[in-house]
Amino acid sequence: MSAPLTSLRLAARHRRGYIPVASTAVLFLALLAAGNSRYYGFLEGQVLLNLLINNAGLLVLAVGMTFVILTGGIDLSVGAVAALSTMMVAWMVERAGVPPLLAIVLALAVGAGLGRLMGHMVHDFGVQPFIATLAGMFLARGLCFLISTESISITDPLFATAAQTRIPLPSGTFISISVVIALVIVAVAFGVLHYTRFGRGVYAVGDNPQSAELMALPVRRTILAAYTISGLCSALGGVLFTFYTQSGYSLNLLGTELDTIAAVVIGGTVLTGGAGYVLGTVLGVCVLGVIQTIITFEGTLSSWWTKIVTGALLLAFVLLQRVLTARRTSAGS
Amino acid sequence: MSITPGRLRALTRHRLFWPLALLAGLLLVAVADNPSFFSVRVQGGHLYGNLIDILRLSAPLALIALGMTLVIALKGIDLSVGAVVAIGGAVACTEISQLADQGSASGVVLAVGAALGLCLLAGLWNGFLVAYVGIQPIIATLILMVAGRGVAQMVTDGQIVTVSSSPYHLIGGGYLFGLPFSALTAGAVLGLVALLVRRSALGVLVESVGGNAEASRLAGIKSRGLTLGVYAFSGLCAGAAGLMISSNIAGADGNNAGLWIELDAIFAVVIGGTALTGGRFYLGGTLVGVLVIQTLTTVVLSLGVPPETTLVFKACVVTAVCLLQSPAFRHAVTSRLRRAGSRPPGASSTHIEKPEHEHEPDPTEPTPREVQNT
Amino acid sequence: MAPATPVLEATGIVKDFLGVRALKEVDFRLFPGEVHALMGENGAGKSTLIKVLTGVHAADGGEIRLQGTPVRFTGPLHARAHGVSTVYQEVNLCPSLSIAENVLLGREPRRFGAIRWKELRRRATELLARLDIDVDVRVELGSQPLAVQQMVAIARAIDVDARVLILDEPTSSLDREEVDRLFAVLDRLRGDGVAVLFVSHFLEQIYEISDRVTVLRDGGLIGEYATAELPRRDLVARMLGQEPGDLEAEQHRTSRAQDDQNDQAPFVTARGVGRKGAIAPFDLDLTPGRVTGLAGLLGSGRSESARLLAGADRADQGQLTVDGAPVTLRGPRAAIARSIAYLSENRKADGLIPDLTVTENIVLALQAAQGWARPLSARRTDELVTRWMTALDIRPRDPSLPVRNLSGGNQQKVLLARWLLTEPRLLILDEPTRGIDIGAKAQILRLISGLADDGLAVLFVSAELEEVLRLSDTVAVLRDRELVAALPGGAALTVERLMEVIATGENATGEIAPGEVTTGEPV
Repeated sequence: MSAPLTSLRLAARHRRGYIPVASTAVLFLALLAAGNSRYYGFLEGQVLLNLLINNAGLLVLAVGMTFVILTGGIDLSVGAVAALSTMMVAWMVERAGVPPLLAIVLALAVGAGLGRLMGHMVHDFGVQPFIATLAGMFLARGLCFLISTESISITDPLFATAAQTRIPLPSGTFISISVVIALVIVAVAFGVLHYTRFGRGVYAVGDNPQSAELMALPVRRTILAAYTISGLCSALGGVLFTFYTQSGYSLNLLGTELDTIAAVVIGGTVLTGGAGYVLGTVLGVCVLGVIQTIITFEGTLSSWWTKIVTGALLLAFVLLQRVLTARRTSAGS
Repeated sequence: MSITPGRLRALTRHRLFWPLALLAGLLLVAVADNPSFFSVRVQGGHLYGNLIDILRLSAPLALIALGMTLVIALKGIDLSVGAVVAIGGAVACTEISQLADQGSASGVVLAVGAALGLCLLAGLWNGFLVAYVGIQPIIATLILMVAGRGVAQMVTDGQIVTVSSSPYHLIGGGYLFGLPFSALTAGAVLGLVALLVRRSALGVLVESVGGNAEASRLAGIKSRGLTLGVYAFSGLCAGAAGLMISSNIAGADGNNAGLWIELDAIFAVVIGGTALTGGRFYLGGTLVGVLVIQTLTTVVLSLGVPPETTLVFKACVVTAVCLLQSPAFRHAVTSRLRRAGSRPPGASSTHIEKPEHEHEPDPTEPTPREVQNT
Repeated sequence: MAPATPVLEATGIVKDFLGVRALKEVDFRLFPGEVHALMGENGAGKSTLIKVLTGVHAADGGEIRLQGTPVRFTGPLHARAHGVSTVYQEVNLCPSLSIAENVLLGREPRRFGAIRWKELRRRATELLARLDIDVDVRVELGSQPLAVQQMVAIARAIDVDARVLILDEPTSSLDREEVDRLFAVLDRLRGDGVAVLFVSHFLEQIYEISDRVTVLRDGGLIGEYATAELPRRDLVARMLGQEPGDLEAEQHRTSRAQDDQNDQAPFVTARGVGRKGAIAPFDLDLTPGRVTGLAGLLGSGRSESARLLAGADRADQGQLTVDGAPVTLRGPRAAIARSIAYLSENRKADGLIPDLTVTENIVLALQAAQGWARPLSARRTDELVTRWMTALDIRPRDPSLPVRNLSGGNQQKVLLARWLLTEPRLLILDEPTRGIDIGAKAQILRLISGLADDGLAVLFVSAELEEVLRLSDTVAVLRDRELVAALPGGAALTVERLMEVIATGENATGEIAPGEVTTGEPV
């Protein structure tokens, strides 16, 4: 624990952008400590790993959302696109006899394509991201219902295997295949955002689109790619969800877009774009997960507290961002 | 204040013509499928029929869209109305369910008052964040959108609270003078607000702040108070809609009441011709937009198509409306059509306006977006 | 002194924006190893020329040659690949990213496609060191003062072997020391044979650093001069469009200034009123029945001082009094409540509500003052609007048109009507005649004169000295964000003399020094 803390401290000295992430990290640790002091067995390895197992899908959606929010946009379609992906996979595998892997690839392609369409609306036609992706959300949900209004359960053994395989870790703990996929996605996203010109372009476009244009960065390509990535991640999140539930259902993942946005913002990404970290998003998802876990452990606390606490955290982080940007403006002028 | 016939025609074409045509088209489809769609019969002193149903069911959406129109005119957005709908219904139903006599009018009035009061507070909260803390509207209202449903569920203790109160039932499901009470209420509120904003200076001040905030500041308009008031009003409207919805189903469902209604409201506003970029607003247009959306749902139901597919239709309509409002899109379409050597068929009737100064499409020409930036 | 081949040469450049000709066959030459100043007032076409030169806009006519070869840049990236780098007016960087990234964004050193952060930081540090900037390049750019941000923008521009460096107003936000540092760098670049194109509104800086100067006015080329051979007042004359000596101020509105100077107490007085970074503290008296002109070049603090008096910006020092009582203007509302009206400089951005009708725009300020609950009756509105539309000759005479459909001159009259409706006692007019046709201009000037005769105090800001002279009873001269002189109007004050004060800041005859005597109480 001490090495990351040192690097965080070092980081905070150089980049004020780390403050929200550092706050999230502190919050996460505090929640763990609080949980541990109240409940026996809270800090057990498997409880922590279950955070990842239960939230692998959300994590993948949040990674995609991070790209879009970093460019200064927002994607309200993620839950619907993920649901569409569950329906497509289930329908193709069960009703059309498509080989599972091909079905998954097709679902991913459709997700990416929808994302790209929304990107075109946002960049080429100047439609506000929120409206463009709202239309995308309605379209995706509607397409779900066109496929089937009923839940389709998946009997293909591949999905059962994916759901049940436990990848053992030391001291008797385990993770699921979904977790591995989600972590790979996080690692790839981290690499792309921090070590490629495209990734840095995502930050620049969100920070100041006019500047990015004048600095001769490929703004259009960057925005299109960000929405495509979000669509792709949404579809993949849906696929992971089918591993979890082994079914496709049109009403899956209702309201997930809100959880996703909340996770990204709590993870320290600025909603106006240009600043944030994909690892912060991981922390954000973990914070939401821990809150859920605490509420489960508490027993007497009801599930709606999750929403209220999420809203309160959202408020706190939005205010924090507001204070930080206000301070920067005054330093700049 | 004279309006020439030519300008009248242009006005009709530009704003209400297409929404009304859409509405008429939907009704035609319905009538083609079911010739008795329009029939209204009297039963027990009440009017019954599909048209009456449309009126009754569109009342909550009309109220919310009314508040949303003013918010959007201010260049804002209120995503929290769905959650506030849930809060309104939850508070009222919970209070009523705890009454010794659910039929007592005074108890119901108190419950309704408490619910509306809380919703007003929710709206004030949004307005405070936007006007005084300076958070973008979409983010400020997102917070309550997330937390509000939790609050609603907390109020109902996670249950679906059912009530059997005849005074309460009147709000969303009752009839007055043979007409649905909810539609009458919505109509009255709409009328009063239209009167208020157009007879007082409120409407013009809202349009002014939404149209050019800095110019409005320099002209001495107190935009903060205005913003606060408009968001508060939106909250109040959402609360009233929540009462209607919960009264209609005689129960409050914190989870599902008002789900997606914010999106329907935004669509209604956009279809009605109020631009998301703020400024001029059209309450009449919003009303037509609301009727389009409710008619769509009713017609789809009567056609026997799965009701959820209306979503696809809504997505298409909203995409089309947004693209038609986008200067870049219009520019692209006009230049493509010109390149093809043909005039756009009925250019004016498809909302495609010629750019002020035509110039040949040139690959090095800055797109309108770039011109705006410079 | 200039070598034979210009590194960058533009001939006959034409650029239209939506039917308005922004550049009229402009020629421009830039030689290696020179610092070349581009001068002109608002709307002269400086920024447009720069954007055409760097490919942001495509020219509608003319030719650009780079070292004798015709080129057609498709954008900043393309221009830059040919060694033409630009730092645009506002610092166009990404404040949330680190300094190092801002220097090298889009050109990060990579290995196998992955950015090499260490190398990136090393190179950024090195580039900044060349500009004598020693900062930790890992820190967020936005946390740095503007001067450093400016230097980062320049470091970014000269990283690629720049042959041409274009700086659009790089000094507007720098203090003296920072300007010196920048000039040292420019000097070094000039020594290295780089051609620097430099836009600034500060005359002193132009004379300090530039070798030659090109003057534009109203989109046209006025001339190209060796800076050292062009006296300051001639430069000012060319920018403002008046040949020295050929104008007399005989059309001065009246000589009332001399007649009734004693019987009026000032309505508004400013003592040491100023705002950091906008305008140095100044004294000014505004008296009923008199027009006070504010003269100075663009960026001299003309609008800034007007905005302080109108409550549009808040003064951070000094004391304003209205009718003898000290006041603090917290905002435009407070000013309006004290009968101060302010016609802002930028009609489109801070004046009109484009979608609203002429009527609605005209009654806006009055309505705002009355509050929403007390609407003007339809009859009263009609009466007021008709009266003012007639009085100001607003055309077309249709009050229900959206104001955006009116011509510039008529839009300006709508705004004037908006303020006159509030029955102000002080009317602040910031460039009321800019961008409108001659007829409307004359009407507006006549109107202002008449209003002053009727007892209104008027503060009149204009870039056109002739106008200022013709209208003003007193002319306050601003130079480099400082009020340097307050001169009594009248026949003795000529355009020539005014230009001299603007150009040199000196008051050759020395009758009035700033601060000692203020406009309301001429000696």
